Parts: sequence; C-alpha cells; structure tokens
Amino acid sequence: MQMTITEKILAAHCGKKEIKPGELINAKLDLVLANDITAPISIKEFRAAGSKKVFDADRIALIPDHFAPNKDIASAEQCNMLRQFSREHDLSLYFEVGRMGVEHALLPEQGIVVPGDVVIGADSHTCTYGGLGAFSTGVGSTDVAAAMITGEAWFKVPESMKFIYKGKLGKWVGGKDIILRTIGDIGVDGALYRAMEFTGEVIKKLPMYGRLTICNMAIEAGGKNGIIEPDEITEKYVSKRARRKYKFYKSDKKANYIDVREYDLTGMEPQIACPHLPENVKPVSQLAAINIDQSVVGSCTNGRIEDMREAAKVIKGHKVHPYVRMIVIPATQEIYKLCIKEGLVDVFIDAGAAFSTPTCGPCLGGHMGILASGERAIATTNRNFVGRMGHPKSEVYLSNPAIAAASAVLGRIGRPEELK
Amino acid sequence: MKFKAKTWKFGADVDTDAIVPARYLNTSDPKELAKHCMEDSTNPDFMKKMTTGDIIVAEKNFGCGSSREHAPIAIKAAGVSCVVAKSFARIFYRNCFNMGLPIFESVEAVDGIKEGDQIEVDADAGVIRNLTSNKTFTVAPVPPFMQELIAAGGLMAYTKKKAGL
Repeated sequence: MQMTITEKILAAHCGKKEIKPGELINAKLDLVLANDITAPISIKEFRAAGSKKVFDADRIALIPDHFAPNKDIASAEQCNMLRQFSREHDLSLYFEVGRMGVEHALLPEQGIVVPGDVVIGADSHTCTYGGLGAFSTGVGSTDVAAAMITGEAWFKVPESMKFIYKGKLGKWVGGKDIILRTIGDIGVDGALYRAMEFTGEVIKKLPMYGRLTICNMAIEAGGKNGIIEPDEITEKYVSKRARRKYKFYKSDKKANYIDVREYDLTGMEPQIACPHLPENVKPVSQLAAINIDQSVVGSCTNGRIEDMREAAKVIKGHKVHPYVRMIVIPATQEIYKLCIKEGLVDVFIDAGAAFSTPTCGPCLGGHMGILASGERAIATTNRNFVGRMGHPKSEVYLSNPAIAAASAVLGRIGRPEELK
Repeated sequence: MKFKAKTWKFGADVDTDAIVPARYLNTSDPKELAKHCMEDSTNPDFMKKMTTGDIIVAEKNFGCGSSREHAPIAIKAAGVSCVVAKSFARIFYRNCFNMGLPIFESVEAVDGIKEGDQIEVDADAGVIRNLTSNKTFTVAPVPPFMQELIAAGGLMAYTKKKAGL
C-alpha cells in the first residue's frame, strides 16, 4: 500500500505495516510536552488518577515559557507546579528560567525532537516539529496527563492534503508569507482534522527555520499536523543536535491525498493577516495606510536567529518611529547569545527597540507588551484573534520579521524598500 | 442524555481566546475561568445573561486556536449544558470528550435555531428538537471510540483502567 509520510510515521509507532485515514490507532509517543498554562491541569489530573510514576522521566518536557519569567503571583504558583512535579519525578527535560526558551523553538534547537518522532504537546503550536519530518500535534491537558502515565495517545489517522509550491521567492519573502498565503486561500478550517504536507521546489530549497515557521501555523488552518519530508537540509540541521536516533520517512509516489493544491509563488509580495483571523490575508502593498503603535518580533513562529537577523538587517541604521514601541524577543537563550555575538542587540537597541529575555509574552497577551484599547500592533506571531495581544478593542496584524521591522520605522505597515 | 434549555447563538470560528482570554490563564480554577466565559466573543455579557443549563449554538469551527482545555472547562463551569455547532476545531473536540463537556455536530440544527429558541437535545436518539419552531434535526453520530470514552467516564478513567491504577 502507498502511504504518506504522516501515515508511515504513525504506522511505525503503533506497530502496524499499513494504516489508512479514518483508522483509530494507539501510538507510542517519543515526547510529551506541556507549558506553564497547560501543565498545571495535567499535573492535577495525573495526581487525581492516583499515578505515582511517569512512563519515562526523559520523555516529558515541561517548559515554563508563557507567563515566565513569572509575571504575577498566580503565574508564579503555576510555574512552581511544573518545577515541583519535575523534581518529584526527576524529569530531565524541565527548563528553568535562564535555560528555557519558547518551547517550539527550544526543542528542535536542542535536538530533543527529531525526524520520525511522534510528539504530542498541550500547546496547539506543537505542530511546529513537522518541519523536521516528525508527526507532532497539539492536544489538551488531559491528553498529556494520560500520556504521562502510559506514554501513548490515541489518534484518528488524518487524511492528508498536499501543498505544492513552485516558482522563486522574492526578497523579504519567506516561510511566514508562504503559510499566510496558504491559510488565506483555504481558511482557518480549510485543513480541519487533516495532515498538511508541504512540498515543491520552493520547500526543497527552504532553510529549516522557514520550514518550522510553515508547520508552526498548520493549526491556524485547523490542521492536525503540518509536515515536510526530511532531506539534506534536515540532515544538516539535526545531525549536530539530535539527542536520539532519528529516521527519515518519505511519502510514497502514489500515496493518497484528499486534496492537492499548487501555488506559483513567483512575484508574491510579503503577506499580512489582518484582524481578527489568520485567514484575512492581504499583500503588504494594500495596507500602507495602516498606522501601528507596536511592533513585535519573536514567538515560536518567528523568534529564531534567522528571524532576528532579518529584522536587524532591515532596521540597522534606522530609528523606530517616535510613536511606536518595538519589542524584540529571541525565542531561546542560544539565540539571545547569538544576537549579542553578532551585534544584533546593538542594532536593535540603537534603533530604539526593547530587547527581552525569551518568553511567549505578548503573543498571547500575557505580558511584556500588552496593547491598550484602540491600539494596533504588527507582530511576527501566529494569531490575531480579538484580544489576543491585550485589550479586546486592540488589533494585531501578522507579518514576517522584515515587514515588522520596516513598519516599526515607518510607523505604519510598510516594506523594507520604503526605508531611506 | 437529554438537555432541554434556551439557546445562545454565536458565529463562525469562535476561538478559544474568545471563550476564555489568555489574560485569565494564570489559574486553572474552573470557577475563576467561568467568570470570563465568552468575554471576548460577540456576546461579552454572556455570563451576566445566561442561566444554568443554557445551550450554546454556533456556526462552523467552534473552539479554534489554542489547545487550552480552560475553554471547555470555562463553558462547563459556567453551567452551559452542551454546545451544538456545525463543526468543532480538532483540539477543542478532543478536549470536550476527554473532560466531559457534551458537544453535538449538526449543520441543519444550527441553521434551524434562532437565539433564544428553546431546544431539546436528545443524545441517545441523535436528534435535536426546536421546541419553539417545532422542528426536528439530526445530529452527527458520535464515533464509536468516543462513545467508549464517554462510557468509561472520560479519558482519565479509561486510562486508569488501562494502566491498572
């Protein structure tokens, strides 16, 4: 039987040779993940079940990244639950403030998730690791509680959709623009319950950070997982990081797809998702009249070193507009250090931007950059729902890092080419 | 399982940030979360207006966005008896079965219910009756495995049994 990469990975994890979409399976998990918002419920459920032992102390990652460094007493209590549980169970993958990073940037960077894995996380952007050629998907806290006990999770094998990207990407156009264009095309439930497989000549040339950005936002189209076939680019990225053995899976030539979509990306402008849904996508040139109060560069979507470099390259030698706050948040400590080493921190601070320790922070309206009523932000984050970055009457536009940086200087949505 | 109550209607793509905004996620206490249920939705005063047992009726893709189980927890703790929608976002759907918020999929029912209508959801018969307009609609059947989960008392009860706890 011909199978997709998603079907092959799932089959290998439930001890079957073949599986079909719609089939219900119980899969062995390579990693189980939760953060300071979702883990407290998992921990309570784990304890309430009377469980004394986790299935594997080296395969449960607890990462306080959302409201950490602790933003208030209630958040401190939640983070402390993760800390105490990790000590109690000797979890090797608990990351304390100072060592932690935004979970979906941290785990691939540290080689803790690898190609061929099956991963669940109580965070919807767990689908990021599809960029490495892993099956990973977001679940709720109760699923994580059960998985911490059994090391397994049930899945309905998803139908797969194939997205083929052709052509040549223009300057300042990357993974973020590709996924926004796609979500704009199919809508926020266009891939509901499905696997989104990204392929084509553009993807084959796309560096790992762009692939992670694309898969990160599969959930924004309702997808169960996003995935990209691993190749030489993957090998180069993981070979020096992987803490476990990894395996490359590839889709069979005649595998079944419920839908195949082709995009020619030649000449595509940077894409922006307008309030209040990630599917409200427009090319940047149509939004030049939109003033902004804040620009955020960071998050699990665009907080990697290449994103920092892109924003720094645009803003170097310029000043953030007097009416704008620019907040730059590298996603991990390693990225933070590279920003110092490469002089990017100087570039941002000289431009008048704030530079922060890793946190999810403003992306979900937690802290470190909350919007007031009537304020508007451009952000490299992943969601622009009502109230997502603060007041329910604030607005968020989603973009790539170059556009967020250029807009910070212009005081309105704009492109790097407009900077003098 | 039968629910008979007044309905509150919501549009398409109600996200979990609208159901319970992230600014309140520094706790997982159901009562605290319930206070803010639907606060950033099109009906921000939902909690002031609703009465225990009321039913939420929504268009497609209810519960999209974040995986926060706080969303179904807030709805359940608010006293909402069940949610009927044209479709549910995947993680929200899974969470509801895991933590025990009854949900039902029916395109025709959503189209045939106006806000404030009295309805009766009869889960066993697989029908929704609009008592205000006197019409009956079919509910999409619950997949067998999900029925098994419900019968076991939710995912944790199912897991306990499996793990011999």
